[in-house]
Amino acid sequence: MSRSIPVLTVVAVLIGLWYLAVIPMNAKWEYDQAARNDRELAFGEMVALTMNQERPVLPAPHQVLIGLYEQTVGCDAVGRRMCRETTPLTVQGFGQRVVESVSSNRSLIYHGLITLNATLLGFLIGTGGGILLAVAIVYNRATDASVMPWAIASQTIPIIALAPMIIVVLNSIGVAGLVPKAIIAAYLSFFPVVVGMVKGLRAPDAMQLDLMKTYSAGGRDVFLKLRLPMSMPFLFASLKIGIASALVGTIVGELPVQRGGLGVRLLSGSYYGQTIQIWAALFAAAILAASLVGIVGAIERRVLKRMGMAA
Amino acid sequence: MSGFLKDEGALVRLAFTLAVLAACWLSRDAGAQPLDIVLWALVGAVALAWLCGTALAVAARIGLLLGQGALLFFVGAELAGNQQGGEGMAFWAAMLSVWLSAWALVSGVASLPRGIKGVGLIAPLIFGATILWAWEAAVHALEVPRVILPAPSEIGQRLISETDTLWIDLVQTFGRGALAGFVIGCGAAFLFALVVDRYPFLRRGLLPVGNFLAALPIIGTAPIFVMWFGFDWPSKAAVVVAMVFFPMLVNTVQGLASTDKMQRDLMHTYSASWWQTLLTLRLPAAMPFVFNGLKICATLALIGAIVAEFFGSPTYGMGFRISTEVGRLQLSMVWAEIAVAALLGSAFYGVWALLERRVTFWHPSQRGR
Repeated sequence: MSRSIPVLTVVAVLIGLWYLAVIPMNAKWEYDQAARNDRELAFGEMVALTMNQERPVLPAPHQVLIGLYEQTVGCDAVGRRMCRETTPLTVQGFGQRVVESVSSNRSLIYHGLITLNATLLGFLIGTGGGILLAVAIVYNRATDASVMPWAIASQTIPIIALAPMIIVVLNSIGVAGLVPKAIIAAYLSFFPVVVGMVKGLRAPDAMQLDLMKTYSAGGRDVFLKLRLPMSMPFLFASLKIGIASALVGTIVGELPVQRGGLGVRLLSGSYYGQTIQIWAALFAAAILAASLVGIVGAIERRVLKRMGMAA
Repeated sequence: MSGFLKDEGALVRLAFTLAVLAACWLSRDAGAQPLDIVLWALVGAVALAWLCGTALAVAARIGLLLGQGALLFFVGAELAGNQQGGEGMAFWAAMLSVWLSAWALVSGVASLPRGIKGVGLIAPLIFGATILWAWEAAVHALEVPRVILPAPSEIGQRLISETDTLWIDLVQTFGRGALAGFVIGCGAAFLFALVVDRYPFLRRGLLPVGNFLAALPIIGTAPIFVMWFGFDWPSKAAVVVAMVFFPMLVNTVQGLASTDKMQRDLMHTYSASWWQTLLTLRLPAAMPFVFNGLKICATLALIGAIVAEFFGSPTYGMGFRISTEVGRLQLSMVWAEIAVAALLGSAFYGVWALLERRVTFWHPSQRGR
């Protein structure tokens, strides 16, 4: 309890500041509008109007929440007919709306799933490849000496700049859809996993390795019973970074060829000045990222607890 | 025998030898490519690789490795530079031999005693050069269309011939957008961290929120900032500020809290004021964390500035150039831009790493180098 009060206070203050910022950001449009109609605008009236503009410069928090609802299971997403049929919203009607929403290209669930698929596929490829390379680096001196410095250096360069090129080139040779985005997500999650996993596999100290030797354990046993378990905390730390970067990679990968995804919602919102759409897509991406990182974190806690390494 | 196969260097040398033999055998009837002299050089490299056992003196091994490297360089240049089109199997066997020979070379370098200066740099350089060379040779041999993958030599030419454009883009994206955002964002986060640190309530509230926000795809705010601040650099700087603020804040706050009770008690017995404690104890103690934050933010700043340009920019800037030249299928220009971005990113990171070594020379992680 003593931990949640400060956090809740900070969040409440942030939301309050957001509401305050809405007023000056949106005020100009209301004053212009009033001047065009030869009308005086009282301050209180102006404040009320800024909270509910159709295309605000800065939408108010409740507008973003309504936008999120409308674009997931609301009427914007499922279409008028479905909306009318299910309007006194029952549990069954809600289920129908969700099903409809999954296949409607005006819905954030539809676009979110496209992004999620590419992110997960890329994350799996990147993580698998990263772990394999880390094992090669730990067990092979030549790989360590030649590849490891590049893996570290790659963390300092903006490899995401490659994304548009990979998408367009793969598109031009006929590979479109999920795979190009997954490739970008894969290489963004690849290097953090390599670096973290190498650190983890090297975590056992000389004493522990010596102990394994006195048991006359073979290379496989040393790996499976000492190095791999010791590397788990490092692996999960990198996985959390990796899945967040995989999502960013997928979103950026969706910009050049626009066939669905949260990145497309962001970009098309900015083309047509649909600010609420941008903010809703941004929050959808944030929720997705937070849940993905949260899931990895939950798996981490369970695994570490089972292995007796819980902090 | 099993002991022999366990030695990975010997395995590589064996594979290398087989590949050279295959190249020689295949080139009996294939005609011109590769030339006899190239094959002889490969045979020479095989001999040197086998001679270079660990039993030899270090100086002799270095000499043998240098010889092998020179032969390898010659063969590589011949294979990549003198292609007549329609390369046969012998060419690919020779390519494979060069790759394996580079591997043998790297494992030879890696097994040198660690004390020798520069050894740590040579292996990655050989690896990087081999990748570039294999890229160059394969692009020519397979006649890969330029709109899919340009050869490194073409990219290099672009880097030289388009220096002006690249420089304009660099100034716009890094000099204006990324740098301004980095300075404002990190500066504001640092000052705010001092405030947060004074009030434990704020620290307990803001740290979890900051950690949470730092994991979100903040890059998605780019279209919003482009709409607010226009296409020019201020919107890029704003995206960078949003990206770097929380990582920097979290690191600085953690750093300021990293002094232990004994040290603070000591300052208390000196009856040091808050400012004195801050300047003489807590800020210096926070420096490793601050520099960690700065290094993370240095990478984020360039990413933010480039990606923000994908959402709208004036007709120059690295992100703009990348997205438009991709559209025009001028991929060598895109790669040139990426090469500049990579160099820039490493250099910007390197500056902070160097400063860190200067400022936090007392920290255990910096000692004993």
